[in-house]
Amino acid sequence: MCLAIPGKLIEIATDPNGVRMGKANFGGIVKQVCLEYTPEVEKGDYVLVHVGFALSKVDEAEAARTYQALERMQQLAELDIPDVPDEPFAIPRVA
Amino acid sequence: MKYLDEYRDEALAQKIVEEIRRTVTKPWVLMEVCGGQTHSIVKYGIDRLLPDKVELVHGPGCPVCVTSLEMIDKALEIARRPEVIFCSFGDMLRVPGSKDDLLVLKSRGADVRVVYSPIDCLKIARANPQKKVVFFAIGFETTAPANAMSVWQAHQQGITNYSILVSHVLVPPSIASILQSPFNRVQGFLGPGHVCTVMGYREYEPIAARYKVPIVITGFEPIDILEGTLMTIRQLEGGKAEVQNQYPRVVSREGNKVAQDLVNKVFEVGDRKWRGVGSIPKSGYKLRYEFRDYDADRIFDTREIDTKEPEICISGLVLRGVKKPHDCPAFGNLCTPEHPLGATMVSAEGACAAYYAYGRHLEARKRPENALTS
Repeated sequence: MCLAIPGKLIEIATDPNGVRMGKANFGGIVKQVCLEYTPEVEKGDYVLVHVGFALSKVDEAEAARTYQALERMQQLAELDIPDVPDEPFAIPRVA
Repeated sequence: MKYLDEYRDEALAQKIVEEIRRTVTKPWVLMEVCGGQTHSIVKYGIDRLLPDKVELVHGPGCPVCVTSLEMIDKALEIARRPEVIFCSFGDMLRVPGSKDDLLVLKSRGADVRVVYSPIDCLKIARANPQKKVVFFAIGFETTAPANAMSVWQAHQQGITNYSILVSHVLVPPSIASILQSPFNRVQGFLGPGHVCTVMGYREYEPIAARYKVPIVITGFEPIDILEGTLMTIRQLEGGKAEVQNQYPRVVSREGNKVAQDLVNKVFEVGDRKWRGVGSIPKSGYKLRYEFRDYDADRIFDTREIDTKEPEICISGLVLRGVKKPHDCPAFGNLCTPEHPLGATMVSAEGACAAYYAYGRHLEARKRPENALTS
């Protein structure tokens, strides 16, 4: 639960609310990542991400190593939870 | 490539184990603090590679496990309300409260949603202005920056239908609490690597000095854990008690200052009740007064809930490293991941659940002499 997962930053953009966001690729799964805590990172960098927040930059070798270790420990399930889309939406309530 | 890495790791692992064997002369008890480390140790049987003189006991570092029963009951009471969309990390859904769990409520029609990140809750709140969106903000220091940012952004963006139910816990006070106990056996700690990515390790230095224990900040991979163990044993054998960093490729002494600043802006330190352990002074975060409008505990005014854990459960002693899972008579029979009786069985990162997942309950049955006799 407290482990961070390494991903490669493939996109950086400021959202309409002025928050520095990006997209990171985690072994093929692309997810939104908040970059407010890592102002130094650039597109192409590898970052350690915990619950949607990049916490630090790591080098490529470390990223690969950590990702494999998490994979072996079956600690990547949280990546399968889909991002909530940006556009306003309504999910019908199941009563 | 993967297999090559594993092969190299195995050879390196043997080398470190040999070095530990050469270094150790006296019996030592070490505790790993992080649930990810516990998982790794049990999965790879690292504790069984070590010489008999080195015992690894498993610490309180699973935030899902240590979230108090009262807090789970509060979450259930809030999630039950028709005006609420209750959001949580997936790990919390099956954790039993006094009666139900969140998954049961969901199956009965409550709007309970699993989110990947608390920032997703803001989108849900914007899309559902007629609803009250509540996030179950659990976690150690690693998760605090995410939860703090969700509140900060709600505040910045004028989102008024978002709040968090805070059950944050902190590692250093829990370590200090273990060391203060008259039953303490722990002589050295493997510190939590990813927690220290955020916090750095300065705050561990006064603990190492005061209680004269080595604390080695350690990663979660098998090689990391073995290296951390070797560094701790070297200190113990040499009569030293310092904070060392086995994980410099990720952790710095200062940590992530930007994240720490926002956490301190939104949260302040307060007392916190830990499941299985009880209240530990100044061991958690609570929202600062300026952010009281985002405090679900205040908004929903849940009644004080009186809860009781099963008497047979020894999870409090397991979390403090006094007992091991198979010291418990309920382990693996009365208490299983499907029907957990206490903290250390409720999540995969808890020591009892990890022992169970890797079949150690079967060994415990084969060796009844291990069972608690009192």
